Amino acid sequence: MTNFSYTVLIPLIPIFVFLFIGLTGHKMKPLVSGIIGTTGLAISFILSYFTAYQYFFNTEKINGAYQKILAVNITWLQFTDKLHVDMGVLLDPISVMMLVVVTTVSFMVHIYSIGYMKGERGYHRFFAFLSLFSFSMLGLVLATNIFQMYIFWELVGVSSFLLIGFYYEKPSAVAASKKAFIVTRFADLGFLIGILILSFNTGTFDFINLTTVGGPAMATGAGASFLGLSVMTWSLIFVFMGGAGKSAMFPLHIWLPDAMEGPTPVSALIHAATMVVAGVYLVARLFPVYALSAPDGLTVVAYVGSFSSLFAAVIACTQMDIKRVLAYSTMSQIGYMMVGVGVSRYGGEAGLGFMASMFHLFTHAMFKALLFLGAGSIIHAVHSNVMNEMGGLRKYLPITHITFLIACLTIAGIPFLSAFFSKDEILSAAFEHNRLIFFVQLFVAGLTAFYMFRLYFRVFWNKEPHYHHTPHEAPLTMTIPLIFLAIASIFAGYIPFGQFVSSDSIPFHSEIDWLHVAIPSIIVGLLGITLAFVMYKKESNLPDKMANSLKLLYVGAFNKFYFDELYLFVTKKIIFNYISRPVAWFDRHIVDGSMNGIAWITNAASIKIKGFQSGQLQQYAFVFVLGSLLLGILFSYFFIYLF
Amino acid sequence: MNTGIPLEYFLVMATLMFFAGVYGFITRKNLITILMSVELMLNAVNIMLLAFNRYLYPNQLEGHFFALFVIAVAASEAAVAIAIIINIYRSFHSIDVEKTDEMKY
Repeated sequence: MTNFSYTVLIPLIPIFVFLFIGLTGHKMKPLVSGIIGTTGLAISFILSYFTAYQYFFNTEKINGAYQKILAVNITWLQFTDKLHVDMGVLLDPISVMMLVVVTTVSFMVHIYSIGYMKGERGYHRFFAFLSLFSFSMLGLVLATNIFQMYIFWELVGVSSFLLIGFYYEKPSAVAASKKAFIVTRFADLGFLIGILILSFNTGTFDFINLTTVGGPAMATGAGASFLGLSVMTWSLIFVFMGGAGKSAMFPLHIWLPDAMEGPTPVSALIHAATMVVAGVYLVARLFPVYALSAPDGLTVVAYVGSFSSLFAAVIACTQMDIKRVLAYSTMSQIGYMMVGVGVSRYGGEAGLGFMASMFHLFTHAMFKALLFLGAGSIIHAVHSNVMNEMGGLRKYLPITHITFLIACLTIAGIPFLSAFFSKDEILSAAFEHNRLIFFVQLFVAGLTAFYMFRLYFRVFWNKEPHYHHTPHEAPLTMTIPLIFLAIASIFAGYIPFGQFVSSDSIPFHSEIDWLHVAIPSIIVGLLGITLAFVMYKKESNLPDKMANSLKLLYVGAFNKFYFDELYLFVTKKIIFNYISRPVAWFDRHIVDGSMNGIAWITNAASIKIKGFQSGQLQQYAFVFVLGSLLLGILFSYFFIYLF
Repeated sequence: MNTGIPLEYFLVMATLMFFAGVYGFITRKNLITILMSVELMLNAVNIMLLAFNRYLYPNQLEGHFFALFVIAVAASEAAVAIAIIINIYRSFHSIDVEKTDEMKY
């Protein structure tokens, strides 16, 4: 058995870097803090790859399945003999895969940020927060029990909040960070309720106990039911609510587009590649429980994912801010992953969806980080987020152009690039288990190709606007991550993912169903690209005509189907007026009132009796004498009558 | 041994003397007079101590010693009190007790 206890260093290094930069950063040169942060992450990066190698190739399998290894486990809070919260490191195929994803993207983003954030105020603060985020995300990934996961879940929420609000002088950034925090926090309430129900029923927080097939934990939850669904299903639906909030699934998606207010590397790291897929990871982590004792929960996951992906793809077609397009695209792709786990069954070939979902998570992290970093490079060059102020950039930004094109082709599902494999495996799984979802996802694949190439042609071709100064290619620290991620986007698809990750940890071989899945998806993807090519390659009035003929849909999608307005209406008009206001009144008048009343009475009484302390010595003496006389009389009275 | 003046005479006189002191303490405005009233009270107590000692426990001397102690303490107290009074006079230019009400609320 290989000793994996060193893996605890992978999350610990970033937290030490965070503390170090956070405490001493203001004294060092900005660049130094960037280099320290990047070096720390580089060590975690190397350790993660080493761990992955050790885990997948040098560890014995039992009955052909990868084992769950508890590398480190410390009992952190012991409440009773049975109820305790542990902290530790759990290694299994998906956590090891996530280690690789998180450290790779984080490392690339660190390198990129050295160039991108140059000259920004708060350079060291940025790197400190990045390290904090990396720590939290790695802790979440490696969590041994659901409670540890919850703690780190909140920590990534906090670091996301801090980084979205990085430009805290901009009111919009502050509003966006608050929005992200409150929305995800609201979803986490569901997660917490889910955890409580789940652990109450199963008597454990521990992932290994929870997910042991045929284990005691799974058997206990089946009993009671509520509204036709078992308690287990309810708890897992609540848990999924937390996942949906973090992963920006409909209807808790509203924070993700606004989160683009943060610096672009942050969007790439947190809001595209790592944190937002935590919801998928959570479902995958509890997958055996979902699949075996609450299949209805999985159905919910699948439909929510499918709807979100369609919904987001439609909106993405109309947005003008390049980062927002990418944000909706992220939401749409996460929808795919949710569909993947949602349609999956447990074990063997039927677990294709699970594997495909994790695979897509992996490839998506690469190409979406690439897209965001490319977008960052574009923004760096033209100092704007809006597509109208871009065009014809291919001449000025050759490296960005090529890498961006690769990413667009990848996400559009062009054969032999990575997302082709992962997406088509999700589609295959959907094809097997749920045809409705399959057709929706096929349509979304077309939309994806369309909106990505709309973005691509609009930015890199089309008419060149008047630039104030000639856009220039980004520095080397920014282009190297782009190139690395582009290579990863191309070749990640060739990893035989089924050999490493599967629903029951037993390797299996997966084939793409060319006839039913791959060929339609390629055709749909090419159609989308062609449409985008016709509409946006050169400046034309086609898009406007199109928008006019589909006016209702266009206006709706352009305004994000008025969800922000709806939420504002519900919160501001209804909750604030009819719940918060009475509660505030009660607090202000009844709770505060009684406290203030006590204080007022004390005060008034003191004013009344303070005259006694007159400073007149003889008055005191007089009272004293009177008092002692009185006492004397009393004592003599008792003395005489009692004895 | 118990011939002559009975104990009650001493007690009545000492009580009168004590309350004369109390009355003086409460009503006089001059700090020196107040100090004198205090001395009066102390001496009333001295008389009681001696009388009780003499009439109740004639073979013991605690009462006498107490009286001596009280005299000694009274002497030192008078010294301290007069020092305080002088200082009060320096800051208030008066030794009227009603004017020294700095310590009120």
